[in-house]
Amino acid sequence: MTDSSARSADPVVDMRGITVEFPGVRALSDVDFQLFPGEVHALMGENGAGKSTLIKALTGVHRPTSGEIRLHGEPVEFTAPVRAQNAGISTVYQEVNLCPNLSVAENILLGREPRRLGAIDVRACRTRAARLLDRIGLSIDPGSALGSHPIAVQQLVAIARALAVDARVLVLDEPTSSLDTDEVAELFRIMRVLRDEGVAILFVSHFLEQVYEIADRMTVLRNGALVGEYLPDRTGRLELVSVMLGRELGTLEEVERRSGGRDPGTAPVLTARGLGRAGAIAPFDLEIHAGEVVGLAGLLGSGRTEMVRLLFGADRASTGTLGVDGRTVRPRGPRSMIARGVALCSEDRKAEGVVADLTVRDNLTLALQAARGWMRPVPRRVADALVNEYIEKLDIRPADPGALMSALSGGNQQKVLLARWLITRPRLLILDEPTRGIDVGAKVQIQKVVADLAAEGMAVLFVSAELEEVVRVSDRVVVLRDRRKVTELAGDGVTVDKVMSAIAAHGDQDSAVAS
Amino acid sequence: MNVLDVRRVRDRVERVPRRFLPVIATFVVFVLVFGTGLVRYDNFGSPQVLVNLFVDNAFLIVLAVGMTFVILTGGIDLSVGAVAALSTMIAASTLEAGWPPLLSVLAVLATGTTLGLLMGLVIHFFDVQPFIVTLAGMFLARGLCFLISVESISITDPAFRSLATGTISLADGVTLTYSTLIALAVVLVAVYVLHLTRFGRTVYAVGGSESSARLMGLPTGRVRVGVYAVSGFCSALGGLLFSLYMLSGYGLHAVGMELDVIAAVVIGGTLLTGGVGYVAGSVVGVLVLGTVQTLISFEGTLSSWWTKIFIGALLLAFVICQRLMVRRAA
Repeated sequence: MTDSSARSADPVVDMRGITVEFPGVRALSDVDFQLFPGEVHALMGENGAGKSTLIKALTGVHRPTSGEIRLHGEPVEFTAPVRAQNAGISTVYQEVNLCPNLSVAENILLGREPRRLGAIDVRACRTRAARLLDRIGLSIDPGSALGSHPIAVQQLVAIARALAVDARVLVLDEPTSSLDTDEVAELFRIMRVLRDEGVAILFVSHFLEQVYEIADRMTVLRNGALVGEYLPDRTGRLELVSVMLGRELGTLEEVERRSGGRDPGTAPVLTARGLGRAGAIAPFDLEIHAGEVVGLAGLLGSGRTEMVRLLFGADRASTGTLGVDGRTVRPRGPRSMIARGVALCSEDRKAEGVVADLTVRDNLTLALQAARGWMRPVPRRVADALVNEYIEKLDIRPADPGALMSALSGGNQQKVLLARWLITRPRLLILDEPTRGIDVGAKVQIQKVVADLAAEGMAVLFVSAELEEVVRVSDRVVVLRDRRKVTELAGDGVTVDKVMSAIAAHGDQDSAVAS
Repeated sequence: MNVLDVRRVRDRVERVPRRFLPVIATFVVFVLVFGTGLVRYDNFGSPQVLVNLFVDNAFLIVLAVGMTFVILTGGIDLSVGAVAALSTMIAASTLEAGWPPLLSVLAVLATGTTLGLLMGLVIHFFDVQPFIVTLAGMFLARGLCFLISVESISITDPAFRSLATGTISLADGVTLTYSTLIALAVVLVAVYVLHLTRFGRTVYAVGGSESSARLMGLPTGRVRVGVYAVSGFCSALGGLLFSLYMLSGYGLHAVGMELDVIAAVVIGGTLLTGGVGYVAGSVVGVLVLGTVQTLISFEGTLSSWWTKIFIGALLLAFVICQRLMVRRAA
């Protein structure tokens, strides 16, 4: 009901010749972008293509060096995010940008609380927040602290906040990267409702399936420049990916499954026997051998992160034993596991991994330095050689060791984190959602690196919410459901269908299988 | 107590929102410290002892309110003691020069607020650490005191003296001063501002996550500057109350008081990282400090420096307790 008729209307947002320059970097050059009422317009591109920069130029975070933005035909210049918001442009960012110390209701209405006689009307706040939560089908206590909810819920709260203003333009910058299937479906339902109300929605996602499901139009950026505008029903997925990457697709298929270079004679690198933690994950057995990639699959909240934290010694087990090279260890924290050659690349890169104010070089050598101890600083020459090697190997952009970490895009930050642990040459590398929120090209690169590492004899535990990815890189897949290890699939048993039915088995009848 | 009772108590404890726990813990500490006094000394139970906690610490309460605003945003204000001293000095010297009391009061309040505002502007626009800026402000204010006079100036203005010595009788011969009422009014206004205005919400939001607050379109700059102006105002008002208490202005008044204030705010459950805390907590924090002081004076034989030692120990114990409590609840 909305597709082509919407095109005849005037655009809500009309951006012409937008160029954004940062010191030393031209993040966007001469990009045109139009957004019409009642459409979902997907913005596509690799990491560093300029998607976030374009969005931030629209929402008043960055000021374009040149170019013009028109809103409802009127030229506008947003000097601060609040101006854009007041003009009816609401944004939900990829990382949840809310205040964890405030309550859900306070976060939703922050800055636009209903007032009576100059004072905030607390009761009206609560009912209005409750109504907005209701509208997006979220049943949580509006008075509860935001920080007490998982990230996915916080993300939905952020969307409720965006709805609190009568937004004419809704910008969703990778809202789905931390949502599970049901939550994404819920989000899409809300997006369709808003679209039919005439809201213009700018949507960024790295999941092609989602884009094809929801988008009416797609704009592709590459290296800060506009590639073109495409319609989902006239553009094949392969074509879209190849314009995004700017190269032919052959490389995408390259990650082949090796048969696993595992040597049955030696003890496994990591052994867990009846390992468990009350309230976090039920006791499980697990073995990871050198040269093998073990995948960990399960829905959001199935206990993936909990299992990883136990194996890494970040949480203390309440039952069972953990062994490294056949010897039982009693980890007293991550340090003791790191000392035994176990490395964890964590899921929440913003909070747990990236030191935004340090350079790429510093971030890369952090773990190496920690392993050597502060008495023996890494010589600058050695550090530079290593850093340059990994920047090249992982194609980190910009390829500048002195660049501040905060200036890198999400995908490139992820690569730096990966490199940080690779430099220490761990025997077992645990990757918790290494490809979350990053683009197809970087994903493939990371997957290839994982395969190469295993071929060189490293043991890898690969955790991901994307089943295709887990199946593609893993020799064996461990399936979790409801904080319990359900099964382990190996060899020909490793297919998306089988993993999916393992996740769904004994689950409530139809829902999970269908997805 | 049998098992069922324990469980029932625990259920009730768990139903209290976690963010109130530090304030409740402070209150428990207050009750314990006060209880110690009740057990040890006969006269401690007299209502006047409790009321005197407010009377003797009215200025500290006002300073703590301003400091709470600043710490809630994740900042710190080291200048409060010096600004309070400067206020006593300006009040005393202008009154000596024959200014009408009201004008003198306005001059003090304007000076303190302006100083706070200037510090806030420097912190915000030059993006300098609040610690350093307010340290500079502290030296400046302390120096200005001695520029006015190196001697103590006593206050002889009749209106000031009557305000200082006048008392309000409550039941049973319990009396309190006007300063106490002013302090309590400041607390009420602060509670209103923090919880029922957008300015207050933004204070909490900035303390929780400043970048998020900015992306949400909140006026973070205005609030960051504003809290230092609030603290400056409170320092000036606290200084006025202090000058009523001492009936003099002196450059060596309130030396180190900023640290007492910070201690009171932290004991009151406000996190130095910002975003968590209540004015009510800070008031109880001041009362804890006051009770310790009263206890030591009741003891009679102890040097008043024991107050500092005790407060130091209490501060440490309390911060560790908070930490453990937060960790266990997490």
